[in-house]
Amino acid sequence: MTYPVILTIVLMPVVLLGLATVLTWVERRLLGLWQDRHGPDRVGPGGMLQAVADGTKILFKQDWVPPFADRGVFVAAPAIGMMAVLLSFAVIPVTAHAGIAGDMNVGLLFILGMMGVGVYAVVLAGWSSNSKYALLGGMRAAAQMISYEVFMGLSLLGVVMMTGSFSLRDIVAAQAGLWFIVPQCLGFGVFMLAGIAETHRLPFDLPEGENELGAGFHTEYSGMKFGMFFIAEYAGIVLVSCLVTTLYLGGWRGPWLPAGVWFALKTCGVVVFFILLRASLPRPRYDQLMALGWKVLLPLSLFNVMATGTILMLRASL
Amino acid sequence: MLDTLRTLFLTALHAFHRRATVRYPEQKPYLPPRYRGRIILSRDPDGAERCVACSLCAVACPVDCISLQKTEADGRWYPEYFRINFSRCIFCGLCEEACPTYAIQLTPDFEMGEYARSSLVYEKEDLLISGTGKYPDYSFYAVAGIPVPGKARGMAERERPPVDLHSLLP
Repeated sequence: MTYPVILTIVLMPVVLLGLATVLTWVERRLLGLWQDRHGPDRVGPGGMLQAVADGTKILFKQDWVPPFADRGVFVAAPAIGMMAVLLSFAVIPVTAHAGIAGDMNVGLLFILGMMGVGVYAVVLAGWSSNSKYALLGGMRAAAQMISYEVFMGLSLLGVVMMTGSFSLRDIVAAQAGLWFIVPQCLGFGVFMLAGIAETHRLPFDLPEGENELGAGFHTEYSGMKFGMFFIAEYAGIVLVSCLVTTLYLGGWRGPWLPAGVWFALKTCGVVVFFILLRASLPRPRYDQLMALGWKVLLPLSLFNVMATGTILMLRASL
Repeated sequence: MLDTLRTLFLTALHAFHRRATVRYPEQKPYLPPRYRGRIILSRDPDGAERCVACSLCAVACPVDCISLQKTEADGRWYPEYFRINFSRCIFCGLCEEACPTYAIQLTPDFEMGEYARSSLVYEKEDLLISGTGKYPDYSFYAVAGIPVPGKARGMAERERPPVDLHSLLP
């Protein structure tokens, strides 16, 4: 392994965890902006140190495991969630050269697999908590994430077919002429929706719908274990935004600015869009969410795969 | 779908709206003169205490936070002590309505937080102000029919001389 790769491996989690922490503040400020409020602006310049204050507070909170919980699994669950998200970043190509394993030949499959592992975090958390709300939340999370993983994978197939590779670096390279958001607009839409559901973000945050489930799968969690779920969720947002950027928005490609800056800008744009979704849309009912998935998104993504395949075959035969 | 996009757009437009938040410690809100805040005891235009220790405020108080003791000096009534427990007070203003001498008044000041609960018990010297409060010209003894040193019965403003019971004249 070369020196820069090891450096990236060391730096990446640090940067990501910092980013996810700061994102909690960014989200609150942006929500404030769109709700005619100010948001947290007291700690440090513009409230920037709010994330530090929150982190410090949560570190000093009592780290309590309920006596009725299944201790081993209870402790392991947030670690699994965190690990799954952080490992996924390994195959994200930040630029043509930066990144840990951007040209891994099954990069996309690796990410889908890691997202599958991420389901374990919520399910195990809900199961081991041994309480009703947590279990209900965990069940919802399992159903939602497993369902949406289906369309997520299917919506990505279009991109893979057009590129002929699962490597994320090849996918970005294939977008030299035209970003995939244009020919794969259907896939893009399905992927965005599935991405929100996959990170169980608002408006699809039914696993932790606070008005009906307390806090869903992490009801029994406190202190830094809760913090890890929280950070993993925000890292998940960053991950999905990175994926959208890589798969549909041309990755690091863009004029004038350096590649890394373009990647960061696009990712930030998608993150902001995610927060805008949270600020504006109400949460659907659980059955509506499932109906949307299986009755609308599944046929749409299948149609997308079929249409892409047909066009590619016609073009190849001409 | 279009509705959703419209919602997103309209929400994003809110970034340019005026903030509804009042940034309180720096930006004080306007409080009207009759705002029901910290309670004070006011004085006459000539500087004497208005309170005559009639205890009507203590009776009117729904949470029993007012405690006082009457004493007499110079031919009139004074409170010997006058105590308001602000940790109980609900700022309803009923004491002000009950007061026959405009002595007890509520003011537009609410910044009276304390670290110790006992610091919220205000004594007479904490409550008494040097001014007249909301009624600058009102002096209870100048208009009341009760005789005090320097003012006999019938000498108050808009008061007729007392009826002479021993005279038969109309």
